[in-house]
Amino acid sequence: MTIVVLNRRNLLVAGGSVLATGVLASGVPGLLLPARADGLAPTETMSGGANNYRKGAAIVDRIGKGGFWMSGTVRRAGDGAPLAGQRIQIWAHTVEGQEHEPQSHGATLTDKDGKFRLEMPQIIPIFGQPHGHLAYDSGEFKTVFLRPVMRSPKDTSLEAHFVLQAA
Amino acid sequence: MTRWALARVILIWAALAVAIGVPIAFAAGSEQLAWRGPVYILAGFAGIVALGLVLIQPLLIGGYLPGFSAYRGRRAHHWIGGALVLAVVIHVAGLWITSPPDMIDALTYASPTPFSPFGVTAMWAIFLVALLASLRRRLGLRPRTWRFLHMPLALVIVVGSVAHCLLIEGTMETISKAALCALVLAATAKAMIDLQVWRKRRALRGEGTARQ
Repeated sequence: MTIVVLNRRNLLVAGGSVLATGVLASGVPGLLLPARADGLAPTETMSGGANNYRKGAAIVDRIGKGGFWMSGTVRRAGDGAPLAGQRIQIWAHTVEGQEHEPQSHGATLTDKDGKFRLEMPQIIPIFGQPHGHLAYDSGEFKTVFLRPVMRSPKDTSLEAHFVLQAA
Repeated sequence: MTRWALARVILIWAALAVAIGVPIAFAAGSEQLAWRGPVYILAGFAGIVALGLVLIQPLLIGGYLPGFSAYRGRRAHHWIGGALVLAVVIHVAGLWITSPPDMIDALTYASPTPFSPFGVTAMWAIFLVALLASLRRRLGLRPRTWRFLHMPLALVIVVGSVAHCLLIEGTMETISKAALCALVLAATAKAMIDLQVWRKRRALRGEGTARQ
């Protein structure tokens, strides 16, 4: 059985996307072609994603004392092949520091399946939303900044997925 | 003053104190404060206080607060308006210091958070009303012109502030926050209906004479 979680954010997102697809699809058919009709479209940088970014955070086993898991995947645009050994930088406002502070930043590498997973301190709401920041900024592919939002401030994990295109 | 009248005065002021004090007290007990710096905490509470002031404004101008006659109510409305500007300035300045890029996104309407445009729009409406109010005499604005300018802006302030506040996940407790927002909307609606602000003055007078 599928459990449908109805909360404010889901409703807003669902309502917004219904509105957007409805308006766009009916108003401008043909304008909404996927970036690559033959494959996986690249992930766009999210608005606000680069806020409080610090260049070159060190690769770490864990940020601070941990307790919260940030995970995701990195794939190549077009064929969707998993990308191994890619450096993903992660930061957030946590119980151990504010977003801009160095101890709130760290990086990790994807495994052979293109997956990454980094333990970090519990993320707490900042600026009205409990959210994290992730960056792919190594240069081989185009830089992408993500800003995923947690469904609840009590969540102890968060996911973000990258589809990268050649720089 | 009869005993009943005195009880009524006490009840009204107590209800107002509860409506504004309880949400502030809940926010003051929020566990999230432990992870925030003093400037961020100050900015957050300035926002809550601002919402409380938005509740007081229609109550004053509608003459619902005992001890504030029409004249005194209007004078107080002006002062509270100034306090509202100050609270909003502290709110925005504090958030700017806490995280400049997030505040710049909000002010430029480029923020990913859905509540930001509501708050920023309400802020500009507050500033505009304050500016117009301070220039009202110099510009020679007649009451009718003033109403025509102030009422739409007042609606923008009220609706914008309430939407802004409700969508934020912060230190405020959900139920006390929703109750305060509902009171703000109700007080605004009542004052606007009672004062017949959307009716043309001339029509009002014509109706008044017709009834005599």
